[in-house]
Amino acid sequence: MKKEKGLSKQDSGRRKFLKMGIFASGAAVTAVGLNVFADDKTTGKKVKVMTTDGKTVEVDSGSLEKESCCNSHAVSNEEAREGMPGKKFVMVVDLSRCRNALKCQDSCNKNHFITGHNAWLKVYNMRESADTAPYWMPMMCQHCDEPACVTVCPVDATFKRRDGIVLIDNERCIGCRFCMAACPYSTRIFNWSEPDQKAAMEAADHSPKYSPEHAGSPSIKGTVDKCDFCPHMTRQGKLPHCVSACPNDVFLYGDAYEDTVTNGSGQSYRLSKLLEDKAGYRYLDRLGTHPSVYYLPPAERSDDFVDGLENYTEFESVRKPE
Amino acid sequence: MSKYDELIVELAPRKFQRYGKIWTTGLIIVVILGIIAYIDQIIKGQEVTNMRDYVLWGVYISNFVFFVAISFVGSLGAAILRLTKKAWRTPLVRIAEIIAFAAIIMAGITIILDMGRPDRLLNLFIHGRLQSPITWDVIIITTYIAISLLILFIPLLPDLAILSKYFEGKTWLSKWYGFFSLKWTGSKKQWEIQSKSIQIVAVLIIPVALILQTVDAWLFSTTYRIGWDSTNFGPYFIAGAFVVGTGGLISVMYVLRKAYHLENHITNMHFDKMGRLLVFACLVYLYFNINEYLLPAFTAPKAETEHLDELFTGLYAPLFWFVTIGGLILPILILIFPKGRKPLPLFIIALLVVVTSWWKRYLIVVPSLLHPFMPMQGVPESWHSYFPSLHEWAIVSGTLAMALLIITILVRYLPIIPIYRTAKEQGILETDKEGQL
Repeated sequence: MKKEKGLSKQDSGRRKFLKMGIFASGAAVTAVGLNVFADDKTTGKKVKVMTTDGKTVEVDSGSLEKESCCNSHAVSNEEAREGMPGKKFVMVVDLSRCRNALKCQDSCNKNHFITGHNAWLKVYNMRESADTAPYWMPMMCQHCDEPACVTVCPVDATFKRRDGIVLIDNERCIGCRFCMAACPYSTRIFNWSEPDQKAAMEAADHSPKYSPEHAGSPSIKGTVDKCDFCPHMTRQGKLPHCVSACPNDVFLYGDAYEDTVTNGSGQSYRLSKLLEDKAGYRYLDRLGTHPSVYYLPPAERSDDFVDGLENYTEFESVRKPE
Repeated sequence: MSKYDELIVELAPRKFQRYGKIWTTGLIIVVILGIIAYIDQIIKGQEVTNMRDYVLWGVYISNFVFFVAISFVGSLGAAILRLTKKAWRTPLVRIAEIIAFAAIIMAGITIILDMGRPDRLLNLFIHGRLQSPITWDVIIITTYIAISLLILFIPLLPDLAILSKYFEGKTWLSKWYGFFSLKWTGSKKQWEIQSKSIQIVAVLIIPVALILQTVDAWLFSTTYRIGWDSTNFGPYFIAGAFVVGTGGLISVMYVLRKAYHLENHITNMHFDKMGRLLVFACLVYLYFNINEYLLPAFTAPKAETEHLDELFTGLYAPLFWFVTIGGLILPILILIFPKGRKPLPLFIIALLVVVTSWWKRYLIVVPSLLHPFMPMQGVPESWHSYFPSLHEWAIVSGTLAMALLIITILVRYLPIIPIYRTAKEQGILETDKEGQL
């Protein structure tokens, strides 16, 4: 099952629990936080959970993997800064499949306990000019290889890892917001007040423990947050929340060195072939930021743009509990 | 009483009269209100401001840029006037240095007010990275504070010795002046060291002041933002600083002349010369403004056109034209005529220049942030625009009042017109046999 190709010997021990190969295997079609095969922990207590396609199902509480599982895997600050060796994480966003279902955003908000007014992942209602058709464009941190935010950070609070991920050390950030001014993708958000995450964390039975690898757990007042590319999931061999939550397989995530990306349904593709066949591009690449996120143009679309308008809220990206 | 003694009586610091006391009390109240607002901001977070994720910098940063700018001529002008040995500079230099010192101290404080985590200030030194323009700013501001303190302090030494003697009856004042005069006796050796030190500092402050303005400009032009991403920004900021610095100096010297009846020392000739300097500064700044706003209008891509339209004819047009006409064109038109350079009209123009310069920084900072590359979506409607909140106004007013308070305190205890130098120039200096005071 687990493919660990391309690993050097000294790395393999550490790599074992990364289970990155699981991306390439078809068996990775796991629901968010669900481990239905763990039959040894039946408790008899039923709980309701939501699956990737938005259905509510009842399962035994013993079969749930605690969301706080990530805490037990939490790596040291040094490791979080170093990143995972031999990896280069990339994402592909297929704009032809996006119909603004917003499951990605909901899952991201939920799992990062985003309770402010600005989500880290937003689906933009985009239209280049009056002559071109509008389309839906999911936008999150682009994890640039030449990150403007990292260049301007005065205290090395936001940093670039060897595996390509750009993270923030919220325990070091001084809140100058220069990174936000520098980022051309407007993906950074600031905690203007004390984040009110208690209810969200209780609902997820999550005990907050800070790690740059799991942003938002918790968020810290006066510092900057953004999409972290979910290394806390990757370390468990799982896909980022947005990828697995998307009902349309818009997102594909993987390792550029393996040249493989996997969508939420578990189908894997050759990254290079995908980009070539579908004319993949990177947004605002002309600025020289070299993003790690590729977009496939909104050609031959699976859905009508107008259908997405139903979910579109111009002034809201974080749904508030009623 | 000899002429020399009369001069000392005239120029020695005096206790404030009624207006001075009212003025100082007023400033202290505004400062206290600012401090209260800031404490509230610390407790509640910067939610109390109207800054949000799109307009992530607001009036704190534009106010910071204003302070940095006004600190410029205070020192650079003083240094140039010193180095070119222009005799008419004598009554103006110290005022300029006092403004510079107050402004750069407040610039340093203002940038901290904008930080989300001021408690982590030391991270700038513990984890500082040399590639960040903020690190350059930290280095250059601290350097400039040190140098502008030195260029204020070193030339003061003979005057402090004179005042120590003058206030001999009032022991504590005399002691303080004596302490800060560093045992100045006016010996040949001391003069040598002093003039050499002044020379070094005056030469040093010129590159430091130019770098300060440039680094300040680079805080913006090192980003991709429309309206900031400009190679013109360094000299543009230097020229702007030249304008506001000259305007600030004229305003303060007019007020001090009135308050202390210094008509014999700060004459119409001084206003005339400063008026000419201001016209020159405005012309240079106009040139850079044309480069910055008019030239892009010819080749601007769509996004930049939108930004410029908003300034020329859109939401920010009233402010933009107020700043451009009031702060640049009107001063040039009025001050090219000798009548315009008489003290009162010049004072009014200088005040206008200072006020428009403050708003000019606002126009540099805020509208650019409202034109990000991505469309503004998914945030509350109020985040699509910006105007400072009550907290921001209170805090900014506090910083401006604090700057004026520092100037006021320095004016209260320091001889604003150099006593020793004036006496020497008028040939009425009295020394004992050894040439000592």
